[in-house]
Amino acid sequence: MEILVAASVGVMVACGVYLILRARTFPVVVGLTLISFGVNIFLFATGRLHTNLPAIITSEQIRYADPLPQALVLTAIVIGFAMIAFVVVLALRASGELHTDHVDGQPDDGRQKDGP
Amino acid sequence: MNIALIALLPLLGAFIPCLFYNRNLNAASAGVIAGFSLLLLLLQAPAVFSGDIPLYTRSWIPAMGLTFAFRVSGFGFLFALLVLGIGLLIVLYARYYIAAEDPMGRFYTYLLFFMGSMLGIVLSENLLLLMVFWELTSISSFLLIGFWRDRTDARQGAFMALVITAGGGFAMLAGFLLLGHIVGSFELTDILAAGQIVQAHPLYPVTLILILAGAFTKSAQFPFQFWLPHAMAAPTPVSAFLHSATMVKAGVFLLALLVPVLSGTALWFTIVTATGLITLVFAAYMAMFKDDLKGLLAYSTVSHLGLITFLLGLGTPLAVFAAVFHIFNHAAFKAGLFLLAGIIDHETGTRDILRLSGLKKTMPVTAALTVIGSGAMAGVPLFNGFLSKEMFLAETLAPGLTGAWSWILPAGAVLAAAFAVAYSIRMLHGVFWGKPAEDLPSHPHEPPVGMILSPAFLMAVCVLVGIFPAFFAGPLVKAGAGAILGPDMPPYHMAVWHGFNMALILSIIALAGGVVFYRQRQRLFDAHVWCSRNLDGKTLFESLVSQMVHIGEMVTGYTENGSFQRYSALLIGSALVLGVSPFVRDSAPFLGSVPLTIPDPVTLVMGLILISAAIATVVTHRIRILSIIMLGTVGLMVSLAFSRFSAPDLALTQISVELVTIILMMMALHMLPRITPKESSSCRKWRDIVLSVLAGGGAAAVMMAVLTRPFDTISDFFLAHSVPGGGGSNVVNVILVDFRGFDTLGEITVLVIAGLVIYALLHNFDITGPRTDAQGYPWSRDRFPIILVNITRPLLPLALLFSVYIFLRGHNDPGGGFIAGLITVAVLILQYIASGIVWTRPRFHFDNHVIMALGLIVALVTGFGSWVVGYPFLTSTFAYVTLPLVGKFEIASAMAFDLGVYLAVVGSIMLVLVKLGTINSSDAQIVSTTFQREKEIQKEGH
Repeated sequence: MEILVAASVGVMVACGVYLILRARTFPVVVGLTLISFGVNIFLFATGRLHTNLPAIITSEQIRYADPLPQALVLTAIVIGFAMIAFVVVLALRASGELHTDHVDGQPDDGRQKDGP
Repeated sequence: MNIALIALLPLLGAFIPCLFYNRNLNAASAGVIAGFSLLLLLLQAPAVFSGDIPLYTRSWIPAMGLTFAFRVSGFGFLFALLVLGIGLLIVLYARYYIAAEDPMGRFYTYLLFFMGSMLGIVLSENLLLLMVFWELTSISSFLLIGFWRDRTDARQGAFMALVITAGGGFAMLAGFLLLGHIVGSFELTDILAAGQIVQAHPLYPVTLILILAGAFTKSAQFPFQFWLPHAMAAPTPVSAFLHSATMVKAGVFLLALLVPVLSGTALWFTIVTATGLITLVFAAYMAMFKDDLKGLLAYSTVSHLGLITFLLGLGTPLAVFAAVFHIFNHAAFKAGLFLLAGIIDHETGTRDILRLSGLKKTMPVTAALTVIGSGAMAGVPLFNGFLSKEMFLAETLAPGLTGAWSWILPAGAVLAAAFAVAYSIRMLHGVFWGKPAEDLPSHPHEPPVGMILSPAFLMAVCVLVGIFPAFFAGPLVKAGAGAILGPDMPPYHMAVWHGFNMALILSIIALAGGVVFYRQRQRLFDAHVWCSRNLDGKTLFESLVSQMVHIGEMVTGYTENGSFQRYSALLIGSALVLGVSPFVRDSAPFLGSVPLTIPDPVTLVMGLILISAAIATVVTHRIRILSIIMLGTVGLMVSLAFSRFSAPDLALTQISVELVTIILMMMALHMLPRITPKESSSCRKWRDIVLSVLAGGGAAAVMMAVLTRPFDTISDFFLAHSVPGGGGSNVVNVILVDFRGFDTLGEITVLVIAGLVIYALLHNFDITGPRTDAQGYPWSRDRFPIILVNITRPLLPLALLFSVYIFLRGHNDPGGGFIAGLITVAVLILQYIASGIVWTRPRFHFDNHVIMALGLIVALVTGFGSWVVGYPFLTSTFAYVTLPLVGKFEIASAMAFDLGVYLAVVGSIMLVLVKLGTINSSDAQIVSTTFQREKEIQKEGH
């Protein structure tokens, strides 16, 4: 189980990072979303993986999942959404103003800025 | 509390003068606030004169040693009296000085802001608190110098003053931190008692130099003197108040305050005395050549500040006494002179000594007052300046001085005194005597009475103190010096006649020398013109700044080539290096002791779907719509994972956020290219693959390391107190709205800000998306699908009811404001999708701005509510209520807070989505025009 969760986090982060490094705004946004998924799962899993132990206090239950990372992640999801929405709109506005959706505001027109 | 109010009253009341449009009310409100403050200060007088130090302390951030503490020592009292007394005179004067077209309310606001900050400096008990006020004076000085914002010299002068004093303040903060570190406390009472510990500490030299840097920049000591003359671009009342009487004295105030702690060492003596002496002589010399009245007075101010610094550098009890006395005297005569210069400027239209001449006939009162002021400035007997200057000259002859100091000090002092006489004569003689000037911009005449009252009062003080020093200034100066010196208070003698002694001889030499200098001024001017070409602080400062900008540009140009991809790669690369480096030398086993568990088949399949969907997102990223679908799959799997691992709240939140995110991305994609072109070279591609595999591998490895270590949590507290303390059994929700409610408040604030920013980004924004799809076919318009339309409409009330249910049960079962808000958003958006904006918008035309703001207000008011009943911010309470039919149920104040969360979430997300939907849509325009028409019809109907 631990390996599965760790692998999922790793794959989401890796895919996110790769997309962030693309040259157009839209993949960057998608990449950010993937990374925020990975980070949320990571934070959540620091409270360890519990099965059928939700943090709802009842008289018969004795052990509970750790509620603190859950509370943190809940707000992180909402804030993450605010960030993604902002970046999406920023990308939209940039492409409207600059007439290109390249991350540098101008397409790579032969003059390679970064090493080949 | 009264003590704290002395400083807080002007600070808190600063905005009041701004509220009036009437100039008399502007001035009167400022005067009343300053007057109240003065009253509060005078209430402390009996205690202060009897030698007590009234204290007011409240804990603020104890972990940092920051307390909200004020003290009224004799020295602080003297300063506060100067600030408020002269401040009131300035308020009166400025009423007549500031022109009708200038924003007078703003002027008084800045002035009160400054007044409060300055009072904060002189009355602070805690060094860090003092620092806060110190920086506030820099800011208010910046605002006041730049009051006439349309003038270039005002902006330059304000900028220069801010850079120099704030830079010095930065050094001083470092010095204070060291001082606090050495003493172990930031309270002045502790620090003043720890002089020996501080001086014996190895960090003493660094501490001293850092603090001196702050004090010297603020008090315009050499080599930082040049900002002050350029600050004269400020309105004259400001120059009189900030840049001669009070703010520039903050530096010497601090030096004097810390004399018991820092002085007495050779280092202190050398630096402070030498700096003071150089400033004293150099600035007095410069003052002789200034044709601008305010420029002359500015250099004279620098010189007098040098004199005070010099005295404090000597550090003997009598020297400190003389310094305190001179602070008082200088404030009186220099503020008065500035005000008089302002009157001359105001009534004649110029401040140029070369143009002004023979004004004594047309402005006799102003002339008489200026005679007094210049007499005091030159150190002529019967005026107050003479007395402190005598003490100063006597101190330069003190027997303790040896070697070269024994003649350099008196020689420098006499030279500076002679310069002072020369520039005083020049100012007086040049402006008021001689042939009446004829080509002045306006016809000279006496100013209105209200304008002359303030300088007249100050000059009266000069004369009265000059003749009866022991009666008028004695107790105040004694209390001031006594607060610094404590038991070392020397026997002093304040009287006009000290007997025929060496100091008097020096005084006579200086007076005679000054007259000679003035008569020979033409030769001095010739010599000076040569020098000034080569030495100008402002040019030097500006070339230094432009050099630094140039270097900055070079470095920036080299490291920042504008390629976002490069920055991201560098950023991720550095994060990798930093993340890996701690593990390189660490020999502990990477994995912990907790055994691994075997996944059940369902979870395994879920995980594999998640992993493949994430990879598919990358693989399909060129075809953007496919990529979004894959991303949505990942999001769904994430929410299932939350559900699988006992986090129902997270699962609900994730799934609704996922929905909204995908809708948002689809809407954006409508206006963006559908396809990502192939651009990256294969080399770049491989670099990125290596980077991302390393990043992902790192994240997975750390995750493994965490998961295999024993579990230790602080959550037991929350689990134990959730029901008895928070009244809710859903611990996650109770944490959000109760235990950590303040965090949540911050979070919804961020959400609201994001909503506003997005709205602003999209406002008046026009973009034309692609006209064809990816294959080049033009779009076809289609009717809204009838089945969807018919299903969604009855769904609306049901879903809203469901969100109410989710909201209400949130405290005890999975749910709450966040989730309910997201569900509401989802169902509203569904209406827009199914029926289109033309149908939907008029039916739900709530103002999303208002809903969003209402949410924040509700949350805040709930928080403040607990103040009313005497509990800390956001303390919650709950009770059980029994109603007929419904039965027993619970009401918690946290639910009101949760309602705020709900409204903020709904308002901000709807704001964003609806705004996004209206750009580039012909339907949206129809909606907005029909809206307007409806409104017009409504208006006509009324």
